[in-house]
Amino acid sequence: MSIFLRTFISGLNLGSIYALIALGYSMVYGIAKMLNFAHGDIIMIGAYTGIVAVMNLHLPPVVALIVSVIVCAGLGMLIETLAYKPLRQAPSLSVLITAIGVSYFLQNLALLIFGSEQKAYPQMSGLGSFTILDVKVDGITVMTLAVTAVIMIGLTLFINGTRMGKAMRAVSEDRGAAELMGISVNKTILITFAIGSGLAAIASAFYGMTYVYIKPTTGSMPGIKAFTAAVFGGIGSLPGAMLGGILLGLIEQFAKAYISTQWSDAIVFAVLILVLIVRPTGLLGKKSTEKV
Amino acid sequence: MSEKNRLVDAPSHVKLLERDLDKRPILECMHLGIDFGGLHAVEDLNITIGPTEISGLIGPNGAGKTTVFNLLTKVYEPTGGVIMIDGVDTRGKSTAQISHMGVARTFQNIRLFNHMSVLENVTAAMDARLKYGFGSSIFRLPAYWREEKRAREEARELLNAFGMSKEEETPAGSLPYGEQRRLEIVRALATKPRILLLDEPAAGMNPSETRELMENIRWIRETFNTAIFLIEHDMKLVMEVCDGIMVLNFGRVIAKGTPKDIQNDPQVIEAYLGRKKEAQHG
Amino acid sequence: MAKKLKTVHKDLLTLAILAALYAVLAVLLYSGAMSRQLMNMLIPVSMYVVMAVSLNLVVGLLGELSLGHAGFMSLGLFSGCLLSLFLNGQVPEIVRIPLSMLAGGLVAAIGGLIVGLPALRLRGDYLAIVTLACCEIIKSVITNLNFTGGALGLNTAPVYTNAKHLLPYAAVLVLITALVMMNLKRSKQGRAIMSIRDNRIAAESVGINVTYYKLAVFVLAAFFAGAAGALYGHCFANVKAVSFDYNVSIEILVIVVLGGMGSIGGSVVAAIVLRTLPEMLREFQNFRMLVYAIVLILVMLATNNPRLKQFFAGLHPGTLWKKWKAGRIKEKEAGSHE
Repeated sequence: MSIFLRTFISGLNLGSIYALIALGYSMVYGIAKMLNFAHGDIIMIGAYTGIVAVMNLHLPPVVALIVSVIVCAGLGMLIETLAYKPLRQAPSLSVLITAIGVSYFLQNLALLIFGSEQKAYPQMSGLGSFTILDVKVDGITVMTLAVTAVIMIGLTLFINGTRMGKAMRAVSEDRGAAELMGISVNKTILITFAIGSGLAAIASAFYGMTYVYIKPTTGSMPGIKAFTAAVFGGIGSLPGAMLGGILLGLIEQFAKAYISTQWSDAIVFAVLILVLIVRPTGLLGKKSTEKV
Repeated sequence: MSEKNRLVDAPSHVKLLERDLDKRPILECMHLGIDFGGLHAVEDLNITIGPTEISGLIGPNGAGKTTVFNLLTKVYEPTGGVIMIDGVDTRGKSTAQISHMGVARTFQNIRLFNHMSVLENVTAAMDARLKYGFGSSIFRLPAYWREEKRAREEARELLNAFGMSKEEETPAGSLPYGEQRRLEIVRALATKPRILLLDEPAAGMNPSETRELMENIRWIRETFNTAIFLIEHDMKLVMEVCDGIMVLNFGRVIAKGTPKDIQNDPQVIEAYLGRKKEAQHG
Repeated sequence: MAKKLKTVHKDLLTLAILAALYAVLAVLLYSGAMSRQLMNMLIPVSMYVVMAVSLNLVVGLLGELSLGHAGFMSLGLFSGCLLSLFLNGQVPEIVRIPLSMLAGGLVAAIGGLIVGLPALRLRGDYLAIVTLACCEIIKSVITNLNFTGGALGLNTAPVYTNAKHLLPYAAVLVLITALVMMNLKRSKQGRAIMSIRDNRIAAESVGINVTYYKLAVFVLAAFFAGAAGALYGHCFANVKAVSFDYNVSIEILVIVVLGGMGSIGGSVVAAIVLRTLPEMLREFQNFRMLVYAIVLILVMLATNNPRLKQFFAGLHPGTLWKKWKAGRIKEKEAGSHE
């Protein structure tokens, strides 16, 4: 029982990180209609920013997190403006290749600045831990879950209740019509990138505190897993990204605990394939029928 | 000839051309229907089309006309009823298999192979009739050369008949609109259909182009020996070209008959023509 | 008719250039005039050429995004090398290596068939993630099995051999791959595949069996990737499945897109340039990948800019040739008037 509970909690923890990254993937996909392959590398940049802010600038952790969110949001907007915006009318494959280029760029930039050896992410002390049913739960895990829950609720309210949220939904539904209604598509997409990248920065902090070591390629695997989670839940759907992320984290941790650590990735991907074969647009994805 | 164009009662209570009476209908639908999540897009549809008939399907926007074509070609699987092509049940058949059975179609919003040349568009439609496999292609065996020569010749003949030989190498996507519509018909004919479904062939055409199209439709029937089933909003075209007409409204057939019958049917006038007349007067 | 002949000539020209290239490389290699650096690149670059040309069948001709091509290569590499290890010493090299390539290709083709099945139901980005997932599963399976050497990798030292031995096989594989793809492109199968790319519903409506052709594309592309993998395995003393993850698939995708969708010659050129350039830039060490990334982004921005596109189209050898010929004709006409 305690193994089950421990696995469940660590699954939720990992799932929250995936969900935060997947939200960024899914929002950008839904609104800008592109696969932002560089999204994973934003996490890495966020993590390095956190390290520099705490270790070199001696900022308190919370301030460091805010700095990291600002840096990542700014970086997201910069990438969108310089690399993606000029390609708005280009074939989607060209945009994908550009995103891959941006991903290589960020990784190699980090390699040049920080070197190839891994760096430790500063750990937040004093959060303590407590025990439920013989299972020790770290304070950081509780914080991860709480912050993720708050972000999810906040984001849902934002998308459904604000003018900007409405604009985002309109652009994702029909870009041309939204533009005719006076919505600035470029501004909406820019803000989407800012929010998505900001979420990635928050995810990077939790990732750093859970897995500690950061290197230039740190972002790619969580990035791919989050992309998987977004597709799993139905890419473009925000509740789908949340659900997909949490489920993926749970599946991964349970596979590790009960089946095999080596096979966990294979199991995660196999579950994804099975789900997509049964539901080709993911768990909560909209069924799209082609009009003939 | 002219008396034979009369519609007479057939034994099965469907209407057929007199000259088609002794022949098996090329298309027969019985109680055909489809639900889209509770919405009966098409309901209890009965169609019988003889092998030399030009038949029209008309109805107001949203009546379900294109849906009927999509059912006939299995783009959608019907949720009820039977479709028989030349007396053969089409249950469980795919769109490609329906094409092999002799049904070809055009699309309301043109669907050409835009990045392929005009000639390739036509030869692509001969896929099932070209008898050579992957091995012959890869190793360029005699079957490849023989069949490709035949395909090119047939395609050129068709394009020539439609006055498109000059555009042979043009990518289909860069043809002017009218030519794209024509190429869709040529492509459909390349499958050697027994029945040709035309979805709004005159859409976007000017009166002189429409006139040319009307002649073409009759000419296609004679030359390619095929039945034609068409959806059209241009009443002049429908009334002049079709042997029989069906009127669809809210997924149901509300009237069936010769152009003259349809013009005088009170239900049709109410549902369709009446409204149009009012609009014209207003 | 004349136009048809011209395209055939263009194919033959591409093949002739490729053959000539390998002939020159062979002369350099066997006369000992080749630098060690170039020698070490021969087989990897050939492998990338085959991978790019075969992936182009999926991406360029069928129009589906596949991020799992490295998985097929890995399948072919391990099965081919296992057979080669088994046959080592029993049959001469000239039989053993082609056999291992064939076996690698066949095993990968079976993998392609399995990966192709979901491709029947999925499209676009959903298919992309599934192919990526398949590639990662293949990687995990090979890493966790015992007979493939597990996490330590497969010891291929007994069959390891250098470029001097492998070049003929590489040349033949590259030429066969290019020939098959070219022949396929101009056949009823090629047309069917491209028609599915251009408009699936219309393709079905004219009787094209989409299921059959989609599977065939995946099987064929996987076969060549597998054969290339088996060959590639012979130039290492130890191979690990983790080296062939989705990043390799992405690298090949970049080659295909930069070379031009559906263009076989383009894939060959892009593979050679993109694989040799970073090696040439070795002295720049850390900067070279950064430069590569920037160049990649700039090329994408430039090729999608309408004004620049026109400029580049004007620089295309074909266009230049036409211009030159048109100029000649004018000159001649002018001459005849005088």
